[in-house]
Amino acid sequence: MKTEEAVFPALSSESRLGQVEECLVWDLGWQDYASSLELQRKLVGRRKRHEIGDCLLFVEYPHVITLGRGGKAEHLLAGAAELECKSVGFYDADRGGDITYHGPGQMISYPILDLKGLRRDIGWYLRGLEQSIIDTLVDFGLQSRRVAGATGVWVGDDKIAAIGVRTSQWVTSHGIALNVSTDLAYFDLIVPCGLQSRGVTSLARLLGSRTPPLQEVKSRFTLQFGRVFGRSTRETFSEP
Amino acid sequence: MPSNVIMPQMGESIFEGTITKWLKKVGDPVKRDEPLFEISTDKVDSEIPAPASGFLSEIRVNEGETAQINTIVGVISEATAPLSRESAKAETAPTTRLQAPQPLRQAAIEPARSGLQAPSTVPRTVRSSPLVKRIAREEDVDLAQLQGTGLGGRITKKDILSHLSGRLNTGAPSGLHTEAAERSATAVEVVPMSAMRKSIAEHMMASRRTSAHVTTVFEVDLTRIVNIKTQHAQEYLRQEGHKLSYMPFFIKTVAGALKEFPVVNASVSGTDIVYRKEINIGVAVALDWGLIVPVVKHADEKSFLGIAKTASSLAERARQKKLVPEDVQGGTFTITNPGVFGSLFGTPIINQPQVAILCIGAITKRPIVINDAIAIRSMAYLTLTFDHRLIDGAVADPFMSSLKNKLEQWDEPLF
Repeated sequence: MKTEEAVFPALSSESRLGQVEECLVWDLGWQDYASSLELQRKLVGRRKRHEIGDCLLFVEYPHVITLGRGGKAEHLLAGAAELECKSVGFYDADRGGDITYHGPGQMISYPILDLKGLRRDIGWYLRGLEQSIIDTLVDFGLQSRRVAGATGVWVGDDKIAAIGVRTSQWVTSHGIALNVSTDLAYFDLIVPCGLQSRGVTSLARLLGSRTPPLQEVKSRFTLQFGRVFGRSTRETFSEP
Repeated sequence: MPSNVIMPQMGESIFEGTITKWLKKVGDPVKRDEPLFEISTDKVDSEIPAPASGFLSEIRVNEGETAQINTIVGVISEATAPLSRESAKAETAPTTRLQAPQPLRQAAIEPARSGLQAPSTVPRTVRSSPLVKRIAREEDVDLAQLQGTGLGGRITKKDILSHLSGRLNTGAPSGLHTEAAERSATAVEVVPMSAMRKSIAEHMMASRRTSAHVTTVFEVDLTRIVNIKTQHAQEYLRQEGHKLSYMPFFIKTVAGALKEFPVVNASVSGTDIVYRKEINIGVAVALDWGLIVPVVKHADEKSFLGIAKTASSLAERARQKKLVPEDVQGGTFTITNPGVFGSLFGTPIINQPQVAILCIGAITKRPIVINDAIAIRSMAYLTLTFDHRLIDGAVADPFMSSLKNKLEQWDEPLF
């Protein structure tokens, strides 16, 4: 397995005006998947019309399996009955990437960014999301890495954060899911991201009793995300 | 004018995309900027807006198919094409693609067959052997336009061969060429290209096919450099034995800017980016018989004087046809200077396998507003044509800004 050497390019040479733009951070708490899709669609529309600035959403979901556009249904290993019995929801998502699992103990973050104001490059954006996670994990004493050709963040050969993104006229939605204290057994229901040979891991599995609370991971991530994308972050408690 | 819908480039390192969904059907009206199709690249789905308003007249890349960036995936026409309504469902890319060039092809055959037969508007059944049909297919001949001499009007092998030889005699099977051939005897002189001309022609077309050329234009105040050059011209000529030109100023500053933006000094190899550690700057030299691009090697390691001497000796040897192959090899970036002929700015073609070329326009005195006063300054337009496969405007323009700063604030000793 080849580790990607490329370091995420700093924004300093890119940001032309030098002024730091603001990104509103909105923690929505528990959501059902369908309504979070609806909310993202709405915010993307408003972002496109310049009614709002960039924002960063956090959500938490009950057990749910989502299938991206690039996904193959055969990567869902469990039958409908098993899903029902474990009360796991199943959704088609309009994001890129394959199948994934979301559930309690996961930090799920959806940046609604206008890449036109940053860099019109989705490869760059993906590398930036990865960098934000890698830097966040360093804050908790964990060394993680990229794997060439397999978007996401990995610790050893196990995936700790999954990425799936949508853009519409360069406005992003969907984003990343970082396993903090996720019950990894639920990943047995699927082939995560369609990658047969790799495992999954979480902060809890790697750090044991030193695992930080989800809230702390969110605030570290917010900080690193703002640093990587050159945005100052400010929390909001209602729809921007 | 119909507009082509192309597979967009979603990033520097992204070279293809898979169409996951067409949001419009062939024949549907589309409005500029409304979502037209969705593509999927690694982990990212993107909604792509229509580039123009009109009707989606053609889908060339279907759902589930992957296409390279800049591939034409569909066409938007201004009005509904009558055929697209009839066959909105059955219409598939290959048939429409074949239909478009048809009239051209017929027109091309026209002059050749005109002597044979008056065109008949009534379609008739063509009788011929499989061999004749095959020849017709391979040679692009419409059998319906041929008069058969065989039994019951059958088109024989002899008929089609004599038709073909007639076509050859009248010239090439293209309307334009035939026209040219007809006039050739009197009004034109045909001269074969020199080896250099052929080589330039091939290079230019190959570059156009290879790179996604984009040009950006900057205006630079060269007053300071013009003054320095004028001041030192005499002394320089006396000491060095050749004239001081503007070129070494540009080579020196470009080398500095390339160091700051290594990707502008790179090249593309398949899906890899090859960063070149050497900065070797080619300078296009116009010759009476063509154009050659000798290379100033390691320009970043040379002093101004070193660059000036190398460039002057290369240009001199180019004019005397005394360049050796090494003199024109290994370039990582090219500068062209049509300004000496009075051009204000140019949009040059990239010198493959490089990814950018700088073009220097004429240095002229212009009235310029500085601090709300009008001043007379020596100005020039500098243009950078860059390969958008590798370089975005967000890199090309800062590169040019840096170059502009270096030129406007020139602070290097000449000797």
